[in-house]
Amino acid sequence: MLKIDHVTKVFYPGTVNEKLAIDDVSLHIRKGEVVCVIGSNGSGKSTLFNLVSGTYPVTSGKIILDGKDVTSSPEYKRAFIIGRIFQDPTKGTAANMSVEDNMITASRKGMRGLKISLNDKKREEFRELLKPIGLENRLKDNVGLLSGGQRQALTLLMTVLSNPKMILLDEHTAALDPGNAATVMALTQKYISQYKLTAVMVTHNMQFAIEYGNRLIMMDEGQIILDVSGEDKQKLTVEKLVEVFKKIKNKEFASDRGLLAI
Amino acid sequence: MIEGIFVDGLIFSIMVMGVLISYRIMDLADLTCDGTFALGAAVAAVSLKSGMGITVSLLFAFAAGTIGGVVTALIHCRLKVPGLLAGILTMTMLYSVNLRILGGANLPLLNVEKFYTKIPKLLSFLPSEWASLVGTILVALLVKVLFDLFFRMDLGLSIGAMGGNEQVVISQGMNPETLKIIGLGLSNGLIGLSGGLLAQYQGFADANLGTGMAVQGLAAIMIGEFLFSSNKIYLITLRAICGAIIYKALMFFGRKYGYLIGITPNDFKLLTGVLVILSLMIAKARGKASDAGAKKKAIDKAAHQHAEAATGDDNA
Repeated sequence: MLKIDHVTKVFYPGTVNEKLAIDDVSLHIRKGEVVCVIGSNGSGKSTLFNLVSGTYPVTSGKIILDGKDVTSSPEYKRAFIIGRIFQDPTKGTAANMSVEDNMITASRKGMRGLKISLNDKKREEFRELLKPIGLENRLKDNVGLLSGGQRQALTLLMTVLSNPKMILLDEHTAALDPGNAATVMALTQKYISQYKLTAVMVTHNMQFAIEYGNRLIMMDEGQIILDVSGEDKQKLTVEKLVEVFKKIKNKEFASDRGLLAI
Repeated sequence: MIEGIFVDGLIFSIMVMGVLISYRIMDLADLTCDGTFALGAAVAAVSLKSGMGITVSLLFAFAAGTIGGVVTALIHCRLKVPGLLAGILTMTMLYSVNLRILGGANLPLLNVEKFYTKIPKLLSFLPSEWASLVGTILVALLVKVLFDLFFRMDLGLSIGAMGGNEQVVISQGMNPETLKIIGLGLSNGLIGLSGGLLAQYQGFADANLGTGMAVQGLAAIMIGEFLFSSNKIYLITLRAICGAIIYKALMFFGRKYGYLIGITPNDFKLLTGVLVILSLMIAKARGKASDAGAKKKAIDKAAHQHAEAATGDDNA
């Protein structure tokens, strides 16, 4: 599904601010895998997502999506395969438009023509889809009026609506309160199994990363330092993970302990 | 007199709808309109002079405006220049282009059949000023209906979504550059059409016709927004049209009675700017007031619930 082949990303090359953000990373994610990515702030998780979705160009290496080399294709073309959800709930929806207008915009991929797709039949479909997130009576309301949790749930629904083959979730519950975060996460799990999606999820919750998904990747300083799946992953505990991290990096974990919110 | 204000306001409203696309729907302040308004007037005037029909002259005005908008969009997207600067560049270049097209600073349209000489002949049962008004209403209505229709179409909605959040359209596999080219093209097409109509109404085209148009358009949009609030496109265009007419009426009465308080037409640009600033200030104060209102409501509600819970406890 996704093949990252010796990808390196250097920001501001040739200046005093030069920073090696991704250091020769190779990764192969197979169809149907649900991968949790953990790592402290600045370890390169978000940069890796940005490289895969095409927000930034890679410095070197190749990205192969669904069998096609997409290394030089722009973000909007890769979006045909990838659905992406950001940490910021305002990034996935257009606040100035109604819920139904947002949904009709999200209902398929690609350039639009001079057709009016939004009709009563569609509205009824949307109402059904919105029931699980409790927004079925707010089709005509502007998205800007919704709460962060509602917006993120709507973003999730909109993302799966256009049938992406793979979804990238970048700490998409981090900006929500615990209650909303749990709701959105449950919804995420439901959609992933319902639409049989390949998913890569960045999370700061180690416990969750261990329990959920069938593969776990840990990043540090732009490298993948741990990659476990299957039985090995089932045997993991938070303590073990911390131990592994210490062993691999041979450094004190205490400062990161807080950041990783154990 | 009153019909004159409406004709003037309705011609202007077509331009305001153009500004509405860039400023409100796409959230991109586009100053190209100062250039494309005069461009539309120039192209329409020259077309009429060279014997092309009224409809053709207006279509050319629309097409010329569209090209102007596309140039701005291309500068903005390809060279990664802010929209504001791209608009200023095109506007400045268009000033020379307009002088070239007109062959001078202005071009009178005497002795040629224009929209506003043809309509009174077609509707000879009406006084000529009223016939002009009916003709203008029909044109403005046609533009409004097509405008509303377009922004309910999938393509129009996508342009709106891009204005709200560019990431949304990128995530749906659409190239935002294409949407910007279409949006700014349409916006300036309407502005050119409005210029073409105005040239036919006042009987001449002038290279300076477009000066200050962007700000006047903003003023009209903001006046309109005081009338009522809505997120429905047909009401948004309706209030823009009303705003345009009110603006023109204000200017008319300013010209007519302004001398009483020492205001001359020379002061209008300053007054328009002050009007925009005032509108912005009022809109901001209103936003704060409604935030404060919502907060007060929430507190009251919580207090009320709390009180209810307390009495409930008493009863128990």
